[in-house]
Amino acid sequence: MKDTTEREPIIEFRDFGFQYNAQAEPTLKGIDLQIRKGEKVLIAGPSGCGKSTLAHCINGLIPFAYRGTITGSVTVRGRETQDLSIFALSRTVGTVLQDSDGQFIGLTVAEDIAFALENDCVQEPELHDRVLRAAGAVGIDSHLLNAPDQLSGGQKQRVAMAGVMVDDVEVFLFDEPLANLDPATGKSAMELIDEIHDRTGAAVIIIEHRLEDVLHRSMDRIVLMNEGRIIADTDPDTLLSGELLRSHGIREPLYVTALKYAGVRVTPELKPSSIRSLRLGPEEKQKVLDWYRRTPPSPAPPPRPVLLKAEDVTFSYDGRRETLSHISLEIFRGESLAIVGTNGAGKSTFSKVVCGFEKPQSGTLCFTGLDWPSLSLKERADHVGYVMQNPNQMISKPMIFDEVAMGLRNRNVPEEEIRPRVEQALKTCGLWPFRNWPVSALSFGQKKRVTIASILVLEPEIIILDEPTAGQDYRHYTEIMEFLRELNARGVTVVMITHDMHLMLEYADRSVVFSQGRVIADDSSAAILTDPDLVRRASLKETSLYGLALLCGIDEPKEFVRRFIDFEREAYRS
Amino acid sequence: MRNIFNYVDRPSPIHRLTGATKLVCLLLWSFAAMSTYDTRLLVFLTLLSLVLFALSRIRFSDVSFLVSFMAAFMVLNNVLIFVFSPQHGVTLYGSSHPLLSLGGQYVITREQLFYHLNLVLKYFATIPIVLLFVCTTNPSEFAASLNRIGIKYTVAYSVALALRYIPDIQKNYHEISQAQQARGIEMSRKQNLVKRLKSAAAILIPLILSSMDRIEVVSNAMELRGFGKGKKRTWYMGRPFRPADILAMVFCALLLAAAIALNVLNGGRFWNPFR
Repeated sequence: MKDTTEREPIIEFRDFGFQYNAQAEPTLKGIDLQIRKGEKVLIAGPSGCGKSTLAHCINGLIPFAYRGTITGSVTVRGRETQDLSIFALSRTVGTVLQDSDGQFIGLTVAEDIAFALENDCVQEPELHDRVLRAAGAVGIDSHLLNAPDQLSGGQKQRVAMAGVMVDDVEVFLFDEPLANLDPATGKSAMELIDEIHDRTGAAVIIIEHRLEDVLHRSMDRIVLMNEGRIIADTDPDTLLSGELLRSHGIREPLYVTALKYAGVRVTPELKPSSIRSLRLGPEEKQKVLDWYRRTPPSPAPPPRPVLLKAEDVTFSYDGRRETLSHISLEIFRGESLAIVGTNGAGKSTFSKVVCGFEKPQSGTLCFTGLDWPSLSLKERADHVGYVMQNPNQMISKPMIFDEVAMGLRNRNVPEEEIRPRVEQALKTCGLWPFRNWPVSALSFGQKKRVTIASILVLEPEIIILDEPTAGQDYRHYTEIMEFLRELNARGVTVVMITHDMHLMLEYADRSVVFSQGRVIADDSSAAILTDPDLVRRASLKETSLYGLALLCGIDEPKEFVRRFIDFEREAYRS
Repeated sequence: MRNIFNYVDRPSPIHRLTGATKLVCLLLWSFAAMSTYDTRLLVFLTLLSLVLFALSRIRFSDVSFLVSFMAAFMVLNNVLIFVFSPQHGVTLYGSSHPLLSLGGQYVITREQLFYHLNLVLKYFATIPIVLLFVCTTNPSEFAASLNRIGIKYTVAYSVALALRYIPDIQKNYHEISQAQQARGIEMSRKQNLVKRLKSAAAILIPLILSSMDRIEVVSNAMELRGFGKGKKRTWYMGRPFRPADILAMVFCALLLAAAIALNVLNGGRFWNPFR
């Protein structure tokens, strides 16, 4: 690691505070932070800790787009940001936002990359030259004329990076760069960020709560935030050796947790910041091995009856390319199933076909005890409920009660029956205290629960959730997932469409992997995530527990992963 | 349809003209065709527009949907004119040559038929040119063209943004409507008006709310990359005028001049062969 402490600071916060006009409390308090030239800094913290606000203060959205009161000082290249403008700041700080689709402004890749240059009145031929160079630097130069809908999530992110690289900025600011990417794409995104850093020598600031994924490449420092303050500002090895992460709702890497379970004292000397840098002596390895041996093997899952069966289902949106091709798949009563795969692999389309939103060109769907093909969309929804990713896409009533009651009212259920059923659903979803609240007063996670309640009230046997935890930090993730587990324990079959590996590992009995419209694997999540070949084909990432098992000479990595998950579940419960 | 443009990427001399040229020519040409009922000029414009259409290498199959839509509109237009004022031609041309009586005021006259002929010619003179513009202008160039003919770039860019996000909003609408139908929203026309309005709200409210989130992201992304910084901006897809562009615009300006000149010579917008 290069020593960067001697370099001059490019961004400097001194006793800085910020309070949004609409808020009663300051969001940032007493911030002292320096970012030096060429440094790579991760800013981590739970949702609402102020890390996004801190990013806004760096790129000028605060105070120029979001109004509020600033105390103390923040300077970029020695000048107070308040005295500059958002445009002047954008010449120094290039921001890549979280929503790589929303920030794609141009009609094509080339136009989007050119956007900042166009606004700067750069003339031809320099304009084309610089666009081509930036596109080449992120490896998107063969897609210059493509429209956003012809690109994958990872490619859109590359376009966004090129769009700020054209300006030769001195700081790259990434706001949750991994949020919408599948594990393999996230991994290559981190590699690309590292490459850009090496090539341009610019400072890199990454705002993320997925620590393990960011640390796929080395970082100079991690700044940990909570409740508007900086809790820690140190190197990754030191931070991972302490207990600060866990106590502040950030998930530490799984292998670090496993080491701690095994009684290994994690110190900076072990280089725990990445599974590849991790150095374990024979004593530590033995401890892990002992832990593995004394942890009981996980029980085999109970046999379950088939609830829904898809046979040889083929579907195409345009009649040419098959989005689903000969899918055969069984969903068992009472299980919790993860459907994983890259964007465009067909996992969302499959659930739409199951719900009857789309009609398959060939193949059959059977739902035990029902004449499934003859049922209408609305009738199917009485048996299979579908919860969309973004709760704002579902909520249409101002009051929580009415929102949850909507499905029943549309089915002409008598009002005296509706009330108890809605109340029951609200209780199940932990929304009882809010039953008389307007929806707009709820947080994102609570809105998600409202949408789940509005589906549950119809008492479906299966509930399908599209990315149930997208954009959630570890605490909210755990909240939502533990809630789904409870539902599952009550007998509801839960199907989750996801590319979150933790989710599939910890909360799914079984995972089905989609790739290019086909099912390429159907097994326990632990088995899938410890199969390097499958992991590669499915654009997943091996779990770091697999790496730890290999490092410690455990010959059954799959079983090691299983035992870890069971152990952790017990630890969480107690 | 993905958006209002139906760009067909098949190189031709028409494609090579800049978007701004095509926009100016479209405006001049339509003013010319709209301002006059001089049959001679309309026939000339019609023939020329068909030649240009052939030159552009656009196939009829590329535009059959738009053409049938416009043809239906043209027929409706003619029928309505005849129904509501069957003697309009007689009033215009000041003479009456009856051909066939359908009873009452519904007498078909040569004058009326001639008036309808002119009307149809107007459609034929403009539709191919509109189609040409729609099919040979790269949507990416459109905002740059608007800016070049003097519209402020912030306004021009909002057109480009609409083109960019309309497909997304359509997709979003489709997804929301599916999920809401599963919850029992009825979309069929059999419902009464109140229920249909309620159903529309159940889709539009989530659509608007999720689009609002989107707008915040877009406007932040644009500001962070310097949109609105200067009075001017350049355009990646903008192209400089070449001699052919100037020639095309001058030619279309002459057409408009000819139309105006004919209106003066004819002593009004109508050329009267019955006098």
